[in-house]
Amino acid sequence: MVERKGALARILPHLVLLTGVAIVAFPVYLALIGATHESSVIANGQMPLTPGGAALDSYYRAIVIGPSRTTREPVGTMLLNSFTMAMLIAVGKIAISLLSAFAVVYFRFPFRKAAFWMIFITLMLPVEVRIYPTYKVAADLGLLDTMAGLTLPLIASATATLLFRQFFMTVPDELVEASKIDGAGPMKFFFDTLLPLSRTNMAALFVILFIYGWNQYLWPLLITTRDDMQTIVIGIKKMIVTSDAITEWQIVMATAVLAMLPPVLIVIVMQKLFVRGLVETEK
Amino acid sequence: MEKRATFSNRYLPYALLAPQILVTLIFFYWPAAQAIRQSFMLEDAFGLSSDFVWFENYVALFKDPSYYQTLWTTFVFSGSVAFLSLSVALLLAVMADAEIRGATAYRTFLIWPYAVAPAVAGVLWIFMLDPSLGMVARGLKSLGLDWNPRLNGTHALTQVVLASAWKQISYNFLFFLAGLQAIPRSVIEAAAIDGARAWRRFWTITLPLLSPTTFFLLVVNIVYAFFDTFGTIDTMTQGGPAKATETLVYKVYSDGRLGGDLGGSAAQSVILMIIVIGLTAVQFRFVERRVTY
Repeated sequence: MVERKGALARILPHLVLLTGVAIVAFPVYLALIGATHESSVIANGQMPLTPGGAALDSYYRAIVIGPSRTTREPVGTMLLNSFTMAMLIAVGKIAISLLSAFAVVYFRFPFRKAAFWMIFITLMLPVEVRIYPTYKVAADLGLLDTMAGLTLPLIASATATLLFRQFFMTVPDELVEASKIDGAGPMKFFFDTLLPLSRTNMAALFVILFIYGWNQYLWPLLITTRDDMQTIVIGIKKMIVTSDAITEWQIVMATAVLAMLPPVLIVIVMQKLFVRGLVETEK
Repeated sequence: MEKRATFSNRYLPYALLAPQILVTLIFFYWPAAQAIRQSFMLEDAFGLSSDFVWFENYVALFKDPSYYQTLWTTFVFSGSVAFLSLSVALLLAVMADAEIRGATAYRTFLIWPYAVAPAVAGVLWIFMLDPSLGMVARGLKSLGLDWNPRLNGTHALTQVVLASAWKQISYNFLFFLAGLQAIPRSVIEAAAIDGARAWRRFWTITLPLLSPTTFFLLVVNIVYAFFDTFGTIDTMTQGGPAKATETLVYKVYSDGRLGGDLGGSAAQSVILMIIVIGLTAVQFRFVERRVTY
């Protein structure tokens, strides 16, 4: 910048940003600390800002045993359920979107436009606005308390199809012609040329969709009744008992940390892909 | 925009589309149609028969003062979440854009709350703000504030707003930072040479040039506050006390769950669908404009 800056002007941005980071991180810091104290210390409202010595016990009990007083499933099972659900949703969404975008872009057939619009309009029907009728469909199909019921209704997505359609449009026509000359059929072109080219897009989308799947709340809440089908995000809610004398907050906080860890790690480790995915899905 | 080089095959494209179309039909169109149908029906007390009642469910809804209360709560809630998270994110993004060292490091430290589930965000903030054990609640009380979100509706709404805005800061920050970095340095430098101070430059140049981003984020934040905060509300307040934190989506859920009013719940769903369609249309108009610019 053209102006010369004084000491204050140089330090101010850092001060503001450090304060911002501190405020953003504080709730998570408290959760980390909360998981290291005895429940009695927390229940008294006397929890200090420094870690205590009960961390191992909290995490061990959360993962392996589960909070005893509410006799719930151990968090280990919940983590596995969450992971399976998030993977199925992310991979399923990417797979069916790749196929349908391929059909819409590379073929001419009757009802092509209609099919595209049909997929496009689903953008306007989030689960939240059609919960009970969707629940009824899932129940009629016998999908309650199954992985299929948990994931299938969340798998169709206009966003991913639109994204791949947009990307396929930028793939040069010469590649199709070249592979036709080589005598390759459409599926060979799809697997040998298109998929390798889409790798980065798929990875960026995977990051966003995995987080989306992992963090689902309303749908799993309705569709699962059995404790062993619970995801961690649902499980943590059920650990909080209304009269707070019974809630074992150190276990709740250990569970919160475990529930945050996988998606947060993905964002931090794959930051570039994450930012790319976020920007692209909003186009 | 059409491809010139295509494949020709009679059945393959339908087979490729089949999985997505099937899921869409079964889990999107059929339930949506059911919601619309149900919103025109009235079930008897035992759920044995239902009659076609035209717009009775809608009329009942719009005569119900509690629906207006929920509408108002949703309005205040999403407005506050959008305003709070947008302004904090803008402040942080402007600071990070100010040519300082370590901007990427700050970005890493600011973007991860995006990955925290709304329900887990609710749990984290309850842990801070619960009147009997929360650390921040204790602080507020020692300042002489009678903090009690379990009984006080305003306090309850405040804590849900805080938790929801907290989670959305990272998203807004990313897009604001990208928007700021797209503003040509030369424009700002020219203004600086003309003698405009930093504060004036921000109001007369940066903010107007950022307005497409701001508008886009405003729509995204409102959609987020409407639909993605269910988990936060359910873990923190369950819509209470006395429905002070009940948003439109939460009302659909709680009215339908208590089993009673399926027609009314369906009518609410249909109204929500109309709201989503409106918001999506606004968003797409904006995106088209941005592309043609």
